[in-house]
Amino acid sequence: MLWFSLLVLIPLAALVVKATGGGLGTFVDVLKGSETRDALWLTVKTSLVVTIVNVVVGTLIAWELVRDRPVAGVGDWVWGKVRVVVDLVIDVPFALPTIVAGLVLLGLYGPHSPIGLHWAPTTQRAILAAIAFVTLPFVVRSVQPVLEELDTDVEDAAASLGANRLTVLRRIVLPALVPAIFAGASMSFARGLSEYGSLVLLSSNSPHRTETVSVRLFSFIEQSDTRSASALATILLIVALLAIVVLDVVQRRVAARG
Amino acid sequence: MGRWLRRVLVAGYLTLLVIWPAWYVVKGAFAGGLGAFFDVLSMPEVTSALWLSAEVTVIAVAINVVFGVGISLLLVRFSFPGKRVISALVDLPLSVSPVVVGLALMLVYSPAYGWFGKPLDGVGIDIVFALPGMVLATCFVTLPLVVREVVPVLEELGEDQEQAARSLGASTWQTFGRITLPGIRWALVYGLVLSLARGLGEFGAIKVVSSRIAGQSMTATVLVEARTQFSPHEAYAVSFLLALAGIVCLIVVALLRSASRPILEEKK
Repeated sequence: MLWFSLLVLIPLAALVVKATGGGLGTFVDVLKGSETRDALWLTVKTSLVVTIVNVVVGTLIAWELVRDRPVAGVGDWVWGKVRVVVDLVIDVPFALPTIVAGLVLLGLYGPHSPIGLHWAPTTQRAILAAIAFVTLPFVVRSVQPVLEELDTDVEDAAASLGANRLTVLRRIVLPALVPAIFAGASMSFARGLSEYGSLVLLSSNSPHRTETVSVRLFSFIEQSDTRSASALATILLIVALLAIVVLDVVQRRVAARG
Repeated sequence: MGRWLRRVLVAGYLTLLVIWPAWYVVKGAFAGGLGAFFDVLSMPEVTSALWLSAEVTVIAVAINVVFGVGISLLLVRFSFPGKRVISALVDLPLSVSPVVVGLALMLVYSPAYGWFGKPLDGVGIDIVFALPGMVLATCFVTLPLVVREVVPVLEELGEDQEQAARSLGASTWQTFGRITLPGIRWALVYGLVLSLARGLGEFGAIKVVSSRIAGQSMTATVLVEARTQFSPHEAYAVSFLLALAGIVCLIVVALLRSASRPILEEKK
């Protein structure tokens, strides 16, 4: 417990104390800075877009992994192999250091891009790709186990009663998946907001355009402006906590219903 | 037809987003051939960064295993006011920005303005800008990985066996060593391997709390950033090693998982 206090509680307390020491004024001042505001807006916007992409693609990937089992024939044999690789690849963003992800994206989308994608490395699209990369596993990994547990009996029953595939999906499958999708989405949103490692190479040196919140925060720290840094960090901290609380509430709901 | 469309979509998306970039690291690392790759790895600054990363991660993971199990036991076996708050705070490092973590540690342990940092500096103990700071930062970000693996297993195990052992006269430590520890063994191993992967790759928090002097206090991830612009082949070589280590950890966990519950796999 003492260790936990030294490691987590006291540092976080220090952060909040420092930030609130100057009253609400500090927060207002920080948010007044147009660079910070742009950074916040860009980060929130990008994370939202990525989260929506993740919800759609992540659910699709989970579906393909769980439900699309290879049956027979050459095509399905190939798919069987692909599926194993897909299952492994999903976790790669967890294992890959974020700075490595940043380096690669810089190489791929940068000036010497091998695919002729001349998105300058510092475009907002590159940031989108970086965040999509690091948040890929969240939705897939939270939907997958739920989908595995889901009994196909109910779906078969609905189909036998004349529901077409779309109706089955909408009325039976999706409602069961919503909590898991939502949980994955909130994790992915929180992670997107806080991402730093993979973005630092992509977004450095161009405030207003491609600077994200974490990068902005780091430059406050570099300038020894601990007060502004703490205020901004506290905002991020609150968002992160909110994501956890939302997750917890959703999980309790589901547990209570089951 | 729809099925193939979905399959191609999934495979295509992942290829573009993950496989191809990963391949690019390999290509970048070996662009100058195997010799150049090993030349980079034998540069003193690179070896020292790799060793430092390994050292910090191993210490942090060792600390984490001990305290992670302690915190898990606390969360599962005891009830106390504020337990839900603690449980939420344990998860925090997963969703908060590593830069925030670094800043929070600075505010407490910095020799210039930290709450504890100043008095500790007075007696000559450095935390931030030295090894302990980097270890602390790594511990912070990897803490949830152990706790999250161990807690559900502890909950599932229940207390019956522990109580039985105690009623037969086993001491607390004997109960822990003979009953609890074997029960959570696998969960602990997963948590440990995941922490290793995460710790090696930690960047944001470490960057804030270290002084980043090449050859002395620069970890491998920070080195990658520093070298990207002027000597990218070095950055790629180190990245390749880091990525390899991470992926090996991942595969180890995947293998352990399927080995430790073969029955579940067969049922599928």
